[in-house]
Amino acid sequence: MSNHTSIHAVGSPEGGAEGRHYLRFTPGQRVLHAILMSTFLGLALTGLPMRFSSAVWSVRFAHAVGGLAAILFFHKFCAVILTVAFLVHVGDVLYRGLIRKEKGIFWGPTSLIPQPRDVMDFYAQVKWFLWLGPKPNFDHFAYWEKFDYWAVFWGMVVIGLSGYAMWFAPTFALHIPGSLLNVALVIHSDEALLAVWFIFAIHFFNTHLRPGSFPMDLVVFTGQESEAEMKAKRQLEYERLIAQGQLQTRQTGPTDPWLMKIGRTVGAVALAVGFILLWLTLTAYFRK
Amino acid sequence: MNTGRRILALVLLAVPASRAQSTACLSCHGTEGMQDSSGHSVYVDEARRKASVHGILACTDCHASIKGYPHPEHVQRVECAKCHPGEVTDVGAGVHANASAQPCLGCHGQAHEILRVHDPNSPVYPLNVPRTCGACHGNPDLAKKYGLSNVFSLYLDSIHGFALSRDGLLVAATCSSCHGTHKILSRKNPESRTYKANIPGTCGSCHAGPEAAYFGGVHGQNLRAGNLAAPVCTDCHTAHQISRPQDAEWQMKTSATCGNCHKGRFATYRDTFHAQVSALGYVEAAHCWDCHGIHQILPASDPQSPVARANLVATCGRCHTGANPSLVSYQPHADYRNRRSNPTLYFSALFMNLLLWSVLGFFALHTLLWGIRAGFHQHNNNAHREN
Repeated sequence: MSNHTSIHAVGSPEGGAEGRHYLRFTPGQRVLHAILMSTFLGLALTGLPMRFSSAVWSVRFAHAVGGLAAILFFHKFCAVILTVAFLVHVGDVLYRGLIRKEKGIFWGPTSLIPQPRDVMDFYAQVKWFLWLGPKPNFDHFAYWEKFDYWAVFWGMVVIGLSGYAMWFAPTFALHIPGSLLNVALVIHSDEALLAVWFIFAIHFFNTHLRPGSFPMDLVVFTGQESEAEMKAKRQLEYERLIAQGQLQTRQTGPTDPWLMKIGRTVGAVALAVGFILLWLTLTAYFRK
Repeated sequence: MNTGRRILALVLLAVPASRAQSTACLSCHGTEGMQDSSGHSVYVDEARRKASVHGILACTDCHASIKGYPHPEHVQRVECAKCHPGEVTDVGAGVHANASAQPCLGCHGQAHEILRVHDPNSPVYPLNVPRTCGACHGNPDLAKKYGLSNVFSLYLDSIHGFALSRDGLLVAATCSSCHGTHKILSRKNPESRTYKANIPGTCGSCHAGPEAAYFGGVHGQNLRAGNLAAPVCTDCHTAHQISRPQDAEWQMKTSATCGNCHKGRFATYRDTFHAQVSALGYVEAAHCWDCHGIHQILPASDPQSPVARANLVATCGRCHTGANPSLVSYQPHADYRNRRSNPTLYFSALFMNLLLWSVLGFFALHTLLWGIRAGFHQHNNNAHREN
């Protein structure tokens, strides 16, 4: 009982409608994450049976969904949507940074670009892990969030390019040696496996399952978080916004309960699918 | 056969006499329900006997030991060899020599009602042969006793069995097409039609085209050179449960069949996309024979081979529209474990493996420490709040 209330007090996203709430993710960012999340799950669901094609569950899944033709179609379908989302995102970032000259895109506390501060943050965090220092405070993006972003960014480029090379093999072979298609499969499947394991184990924990966010951080679905949560997780940002007199501009209305319900459902499904795939792939990988 | 004809001619000359004689026999044996002292029926259905292939013979032509009436209760066994000496010798040399006291009747039916082979009611009429053999070979107990698999049901579900039972094709292979008729020998006997080295010839007696192609390829040439490890028809197609080659289910099994001998090549094939998607039931994905051919399998060094360098664009192009000389440098058997033969692939795989485990290892530790530390942190916070 006491535990339950205390989690809310620390600042769970489920803290309800009381108190002030601040915007963390714009609707555009949330839509982008939703597309990324659903296509990633789709790609993993259809790609992993190919990677572990000799596993019993792969064959059963393939038969259940209508054979490899269906799997391959869905895989390519998700890939194209994700590619478009990726290009729109890169275009948007470049447009805002280079043409509209928005501040804070390529450098500064709100930028996703790794900066010297991130190295210091990592050092302080490890010291905290080992009881050698105080709990560090973070600004808009912590170093592990930046790693998440760039891991996915690099992953999409590498997996995407190698995937399209195999999809359009004869055309690609006009520009690269055909023997690199062998390499493409190795890169595609190993990088994808890394992405799947990273997301379903590390990202899930860092973002949702760690004490303070458990069982789910709904901010990426609702876009907003409570004042208490913001202070606990991003104290530097909170203080910086007060100092800049901009905290008011970030304040939003109370969280829509309907949005929270959707977020909780979608998040639970994603977590469940992720853990099942994590378990199936880990056992298949080490059984080989 | 010639002997048989000669005897038949002699018998025909004596027809009037034998008719009178048979009438005498039938005065007793024509009575329905007549039994000997041990209860066996000794009744002869004269109408059926007359309709049989032996209808023209007199009783004593076969029951030669009976000279008059009354005759002894125990009469000598009828010797079919008297007219059919070749056939009886053949049966005696084969696996059915000791099958029963009267092996002939086991296949040809009731002694007094034997029909011509071409008569659709004969048990050895082609369409009836499997059922006749199956009377014994479809019996699971017998199959177990002699270490035979249940060949009868396998045959019935095969392409040959369906051609026979469903389409009534007289050219469909029956048991005797492969095993012979009277002189059925064990497949371990080098003279047997089903001895490994003789199988291509046996199947080739109908499938002449595949036989010629087979002997043109490496498997056939090896067999001809005396290498009994070389595969014959049945190694790939099986002996009894032979499927239509167009059957997807059968096609899905073929690569593993080649892999029984070509273990290394099969292992490297399984690493590739072709094998991965094939394992998921995508029958269109390349199997061994899609690239290497079917019966006339030739080494890549042979300019006729579909996997000869000069033919690769055409071979790959059968599936991959737009195949070009660069595309065919793709290695369908690339071995990422072999640094010498595939250095680029080897180091790519090594790099990806290192990347995978260093990133996951680093973050696993990071996550573990975080989990422990954050757990303590939250516990302390809660304690503070409650105070």
